[in-house]
Amino acid sequence: MSILILAEHDGKELSPVTLNVIGAATKIGGDIHILVCGKDCDSIAQAAASISSVSKVIKADNEVLEHHLAENIAPIIVDLAKDYTHVLAPATTFGKNILPRAAALLDVQQISDIIVIEDAETFKRPVYAGNAIATVKSSDSIKLITVRGTNFDPVEAAGGSASVEEYSVTASQDLSSFVSAELSESERPELTSAKVVVSGGRGVGSEEKFELIEQLADKLGGAVGASRAAVDAGYVPNDYQVGQTGKVVAPELYIAVGISGAIQHLAGMKDSKVIVAINRDEDAPIFSVADYGLVADLFDAVPELIEKL
Amino acid sequence: MKILVPIKRVVDYNVKIRVKSDQSGVDLANVKMSVNPFDEIAVEEAVRLKEAGKATEIVAVTIGPEKAQEQLRTAMAVGADRGILVQTDQPIDLGGVEPLAVAKTLKAIIEKESPDLVIMGKQSIDDDSNQTGQMLAALLGWAQGTFASKLEIEDSSAKVTREIDGGLETISVNLPAIVTTDLRLNEPRYAKLPDIMKAKKKQLDVLDPSELGFSYEPRLNVVSVSEPEERKGGIKVASVDELIEKLKNEAKVI
Ligand SMILES: Cc1cc2nc3c(=O)[nH]c(=O)nc-3n(C[C@H](O)[C@H](O)[C@H](O)COP(=O)(O)OP(=O)(O)OC[C@H]3O[C@@H](n4cnc5c(N)ncnc54)[C@H](O)[C@@H]3O)c2cc1C
Ligand SMILES: Nc1ncnc2c1ncn2[C@@H]1O[C@H](COP(=O)(O)O)[C@@H](O)[C@H]1O
Repeated sequence: MSILILAEHDGKELSPVTLNVIGAATKIGGDIHILVCGKDCDSIAQAAASISSVSKVIKADNEVLEHHLAENIAPIIVDLAKDYTHVLAPATTFGKNILPRAAALLDVQQISDIIVIEDAETFKRPVYAGNAIATVKSSDSIKLITVRGTNFDPVEAAGGSASVEEYSVTASQDLSSFVSAELSESERPELTSAKVVVSGGRGVGSEEKFELIEQLADKLGGAVGASRAAVDAGYVPNDYQVGQTGKVVAPELYIAVGISGAIQHLAGMKDSKVIVAINRDEDAPIFSVADYGLVADLFDAVPELIEKL
Repeated sequence: MKILVPIKRVVDYNVKIRVKSDQSGVDLANVKMSVNPFDEIAVEEAVRLKEAGKATEIVAVTIGPEKAQEQLRTAMAVGADRGILVQTDQPIDLGGVEPLAVAKTLKAIIEKESPDLVIMGKQSIDDDSNQTGQMLAALLGWAQGTFASKLEIEDSSAKVTREIDGGLETISVNLPAIVTTDLRLNEPRYAKLPDIMKAKKKQLDVLDPSELGFSYEPRLNVVSVSEPEERKGGIKVASVDELIEKLKNEAKVI
């Protein structure tokens, strides 16, 4: 078995989810190599090389890779894939954008968003917003897989001493180009790896009032999330959305405030260790998954909570 | 400009699905079926481009059972000009027609239809694959603008604002291209009754996959489909004080 992992990074640091994907790879077993694509990404390649369980890092360093355009990264994966039994990427917008493009070029039916590895060919993945779990067995000679990070323990970021090999990038595909980015900046922990997440829904009512949710999150040192309705209404940016079609989180503590608990929302948070729901409707479906439910007006309960914590 | 919009017949997003007791799949008998919500957004975007004078024709395409004609009619009722059904009795949610096969079929249709732009959903809400658009772009050698929350057509390119984990990113894609929709791209309209009636008269072609050279054999063997582990509901607390006490002493998470 030999596994290639597409590393995710922001040009400065390796994303923590990469460690979870390596954790998944260790369950398949075999040699683990990391592919780092970017521009001036040597420090990231070096960081990848010092991760435990990694035996080789392949660095594709070229300006055409700076913005991680799928059109330019997929051919690299295709070129390298023949030496591997598995190619893994995180099930993030980064991995979801790139890996299927490589899979099609390799004539492989990708397996998306796995949560359990049964053996080297058999995987479990949630379907229907997590209301069913499919166990699927792949007969493709190379398996391309995206991994749900929250379901696999991360490996140690240190302790390894892999070699770094250069991959020479031929040219840009000239199909697409980067224009601009508007990234959310926050001092808070990253949503998908935070130990505490406080999410607000439509019940919060406005962008201004969403500050309450942020204050509670800050009090607990947590990240801030939201339901689709809160994002659609413009209370918070799109990258706060938790759910079937947003981010999947599984913190130690998830506090849902003014969120009804639609299946699409539950799909993104029901693996949290402890769930708290604050909602004034005692019949809200969110209470059926909450360990601790508080039926209250959030504008009373949340300020009180902030004050007493 | 001609736009092709692939749409999928899926279980309605409001339905609480049931897993079959023999674990062979999800029970779809007598369940409300709809156009995949992301594909409604795709149709809406195409219709808006036509209304803005940027598009001339919208073709909706689906691969699915005979009944998927209903979803094509829905797309035509909100503005698609015609529909194409590639009819198959294979399941389209799990263990039948998979994203790679859908992408290959769409490629064959695209070679006949020569659209300038393809707008489709980012994800089907049944198989939750999030693959088909990217695969189709790869097979055609086209650019991809995935998870779009804004689309601006320019002369020979399009600007796509993408919803990514860190926020928003704007890229420029050469046309023809594949664009996949995210939730914030637009708010789809409802079909009006007269338009539903008119849609019944629009052209709908039915093709057999064999005419395009396909027979659908799944690559992924679905070993079983099971219920997720139920999360047991907990207790209701009476006050903020009780909540804090439980979180500190019982759950030990704060
Ligand atoms: C294709 C598709 C994909 C989707 N993907 C996602 C997804 O990824 N994530 C997601 O979250 N949703 C998703 N949705 C949307 C989902 O179906 C729900 O519409 C959404 O989750 C509802 O958000 P909400 O709970 O904030 O709003 P609502 O359902 O309107 O609930 C608001 C809640 O706030 C409570 N409330 C109001 N005022 C107060 C108050 N003062 N104090 C206390 N409680 C109060 C109300 O009792 C109510 O329960 C998706 C839908 C579709 C069709
Ligand atoms: N059977 C199908 N027929 C037509 N389009 C499809 C079909 N399956 C998937 N698609 C398109 O591909 C998108 C992504 O689907 P998926 O890769 O299955 O998550 C959907 O939103 C549709 O636009």
